[in-house]
Amino acid sequence: MSAAAQIATTALPEPFAGWFAARGWRPRAHQLALIARAEEGRSALLVAPTGGGKTLAGFLPSLIDLAGKPPRRRAQLHTLYISPLKALAVDVARNLETPVSEMGLAVRIETRTGDTPPSRRLRQRHSPPDILLTTPEQFALLLSGRDTRRLFETVQAVVLDELHALANSKRGDLLSLGLARLAKLAPGHRRIGLSATVADPAPLQRYLLPQPLEGETLADLVRGAPGAPPEISISASEAYVPWAGHLATHAMPDVMNAIRASKTALVFVNTRSQAERTFQELWKLNDENLPIALHHGSLAPEQRRKVEAAMARGTLRGVVCTSTLDLGIDWGEVDKVICVGAPKGAARLVQRIGRANHRLDEPSQALLVPSNRFEVLECEAARDAVLAGELDGDQWRKGGLDVLAQHVLGMACATPFDADALFREVKSAAPYRHLSRVDFDKVVDFVATGGYALKRYDRYAKLRPTPEGLWRIAHPRIAQAYRLNVGVIIEDPMLDVRLQSKGKPAGAGGRNLGRMEEYFLEQLTPGDSFVFAGHVLRFEGIRETAAYVTKSNDPVAQVPSYQGGKFPLSTFLANRVRQMLAKPETWKRLPCPVGEWLRIQEWRSVIPEANQLLVETFPRGSREYLVCYPFEGRLAHQTLGMLVTRRLERLRMRPLGFSTNEYALAVWGLRDMSGVDMGKLFDEDMLGDDLDAWLAESALYKRTFRNCAIIAGLIERRTTASEKTGRQVTFSSDLIYDVLRAHEPDHILLRATYEDAATGLLDIERLAAMLKRIKGHIVVRPLDRVSPLAVPALLEISKEMVAGEAHEDILHEAEESLIEEAMRLA
Amino acid sequence: MHETRVEVNGEELLLEAAGALWWPGEATLVFADLHFEKGSFYARSGQMLPPYDTRATIARIETLVARRKPSRVIALGDSFHDPYAAERLDEEERARLAKLREGLEWIWIAGNHDPVPPHWLEGRVADEIAIGGLLFRHEPSDMNARGEIAGHLHPCATVTRRGRSLRRRCFVSDGKRLLMPAFGAYAGGLDVRDRAVSGLFKDKFLTYLLGAARVYAVAG
Repeated sequence: MSAAAQIATTALPEPFAGWFAARGWRPRAHQLALIARAEEGRSALLVAPTGGGKTLAGFLPSLIDLAGKPPRRRAQLHTLYISPLKALAVDVARNLETPVSEMGLAVRIETRTGDTPPSRRLRQRHSPPDILLTTPEQFALLLSGRDTRRLFETVQAVVLDELHALANSKRGDLLSLGLARLAKLAPGHRRIGLSATVADPAPLQRYLLPQPLEGETLADLVRGAPGAPPEISISASEAYVPWAGHLATHAMPDVMNAIRASKTALVFVNTRSQAERTFQELWKLNDENLPIALHHGSLAPEQRRKVEAAMARGTLRGVVCTSTLDLGIDWGEVDKVICVGAPKGAARLVQRIGRANHRLDEPSQALLVPSNRFEVLECEAARDAVLAGELDGDQWRKGGLDVLAQHVLGMACATPFDADALFREVKSAAPYRHLSRVDFDKVVDFVATGGYALKRYDRYAKLRPTPEGLWRIAHPRIAQAYRLNVGVIIEDPMLDVRLQSKGKPAGAGGRNLGRMEEYFLEQLTPGDSFVFAGHVLRFEGIRETAAYVTKSNDPVAQVPSYQGGKFPLSTFLANRVRQMLAKPETWKRLPCPVGEWLRIQEWRSVIPEANQLLVETFPRGSREYLVCYPFEGRLAHQTLGMLVTRRLERLRMRPLGFSTNEYALAVWGLRDMSGVDMGKLFDEDMLGDDLDAWLAESALYKRTFRNCAIIAGLIERRTTASEKTGRQVTFSSDLIYDVLRAHEPDHILLRATYEDAATGLLDIERLAAMLKRIKGHIVVRPLDRVSPLAVPALLEISKEMVAGEAHEDILHEAEESLIEEAMRLA
Repeated sequence: MHETRVEVNGEELLLEAAGALWWPGEATLVFADLHFEKGSFYARSGQMLPPYDTRATIARIETLVARRKPSRVIALGDSFHDPYAAERLDEEERARLAKLREGLEWIWIAGNHDPVPPHWLEGRVADEIAIGGLLFRHEPSDMNARGEIAGHLHPCATVTRRGRSLRRRCFVSDGKRLLMPAFGAYAGGLDVRDRAVSGLFKDKFLTYLLGAARVYAVAG
């Protein structure tokens, strides 16, 4: 008898032992370990692959505790469960009902999400369930209420699901601050974190516990048994591997065959536009009319629910999806996962593979489908890493000051606060353990009156001191506004997409297909066609907050290029790709065209060592090129491109533009750049004045500012009077940014923006680490013509030059087209 | 210096990249929709926008006045964001405005946000004013528009090329009338495709987008 089973017979009380036995189950070792920890009142992080009964493990201690208690006089909240996904909370509640009703336990389980009707929300405050399942946003809302202590003081346990996906994000910041408050309201409650396999669990263990002022404390770590290693194959054509692009059109027959050979296959892609295109391509090949569906975050919720329900029934053979299905609900029938395009990171790949076959003892089946040559290398590196059990370590971000501002206001809405006490409380949240008192006071000042050096808003202050020296909100209206704007998820301004029947005037009714970015829809003119929600659509026009479309059969429809959903290649995986590249003996297993590509590169130029940066220069057509290969992901490369072109301009190299992919940066201009001192060009000092000058005008940076301004409450997303359209918010936030930067460059909100952008859209931290790494390790190769390795980067040029950054040169062009039109004789 | 000249009802005018209008023949500088203290207007409802918009706007006026040395300045209405905006100006801002007006003929056209300008304000106040072939008023009229220079609508235009788009404030004109962009640091914008703007022009019109150093003429 195994050790786990021995404990099983002794540790599980009735009716639990009987219930397990009746099902022919034995409790798993990690389930029992969590029960033991709970009995000692200790918090623990459970790291286990999917399919290990992880969710049940989180709840068993609570159910056992509740089952053994005499009936209570008044309804009391015992366990709080928080999930990053609303749908997951609902699903877990449903799954939990089964054991509870089969064992006849008198335990009330309820969810609370944005969809919960107001009457039930009100009732939950007065008569809470034993177990409440909710999201970080709803938790923040509950904590900002007036009767929080009464509601929460009875809490014994908190279960945090999918903690790996939540902790290291702004939503994780918000949740950590909420938990810090909960620790005050219900001292001594214990916590369980549930996480997928991570490279380094320590930050999650730290996240779970209130941190002391000095040093740190970690929750216990419980590991589930590892599942069977997955079986990963890589689709590779010996005949043809594309040089660039992300569509993998050449491999769609492979994908279709894999779907045919499975019960249900999940086809993961990295962006919504790829999802639309892949879906279209698969249906072109789908002669048997297999039920293949589409699932991504912009589709109308009803449509997504329909697909999810069909999956649950097991009636679908394939679902093309984005990261929306990375997490969450277990689909028992899925027996194959197909990843089209770059894996981006090993942990992400493991997570996705884990969506297939939720039985631990059977290997998950996965097929990787690289869409170009570099992605072949990336897929190989990712497979090696997964099979070796190595995962990407996350770069842990500091808690956002914008999120802190939102929380401070929420706490004032709940009850007047003492600044000293709140500061200590906030610092106990792991992401804020390094927060200084000066910064905390600045945030409070920001919430109260905007925190400006020019004191103009004292008479409008949102927070005012009470005679006892506490901070309270100045007016109940402020709490109302807070509740309308709570949360840290900021979407791009979006419009509904409504499908009308032909002939109807735009603007009248129509079925809602989903939501799309306003900036994309705005650049269409009526008559343009595009692909969305699996249909080819004709754009008819925008009326108020909706775009109206009709069905079309235009064969040259454009696929919207969404900005969202693009994760950069992880640092860890980039390292492995660089190492693989530097070892020619590993190229044998690559498909012929890829191996040949690398060998010719070696002969024509050089293959860089893993720690080197290769810089090539060459003429082509009437232009001169500089191409370098940092392998640091698109975001960091874009920032590098912006800064390097600035410097080349100063060196009078007359750069004209640049393009990036995940692996390389290509700059082109009018002068031969081979004579440039590359050590100086790529020196770390570019992160000084050059960066500063660029930030003043960068559209990506302004977008980051907008998000921070909304989260911090400087700009309200929703006002009690009316909903602003996203466009209005975008426009005014740019103006506010310009004015604030010019007049108060040290303002706390600009600090929050910088910290956010440094790890986010601009990836400055990663760029900084790269510049440091390559110092003294730059290999320069002046060539007479383009090298094989440079081709993919050059092929990106015809596409969008720099996502999200437009410059005045397009105004020049628009003016020239006007002149051309005027001067034409016929 | 790249200059964009337009003719409106026979008068030659210069469009400034900063968003002002310079009329060399009359040595007149025109600003529309300054919206002083728009920022502080929102503080009352809990949005504490950086309180520097008025001085940012004044600084841009100062630059233009120093360069053009006009004998007359026309503020084309909505110079103050709301009826109480002028009272919220601080000492420094009042002093800088007073200094600007020294030796100048300053005309405040009444707008819809500031129908009655504050009593302490120096300069002439008028609903509209005709000079030469031009008529200056805040809101563009539906009829009788020949020679009309108006503001009020805050026109903006978006240019899209190769999937990239840029939105800028702009002048709009068909040679008969001219619509001016808002000059205030926090003034929002209305797309020229909106009927409120495009409906004003029966025939073809051009938009003149504000660039960093010059104005770009683009088909409307």
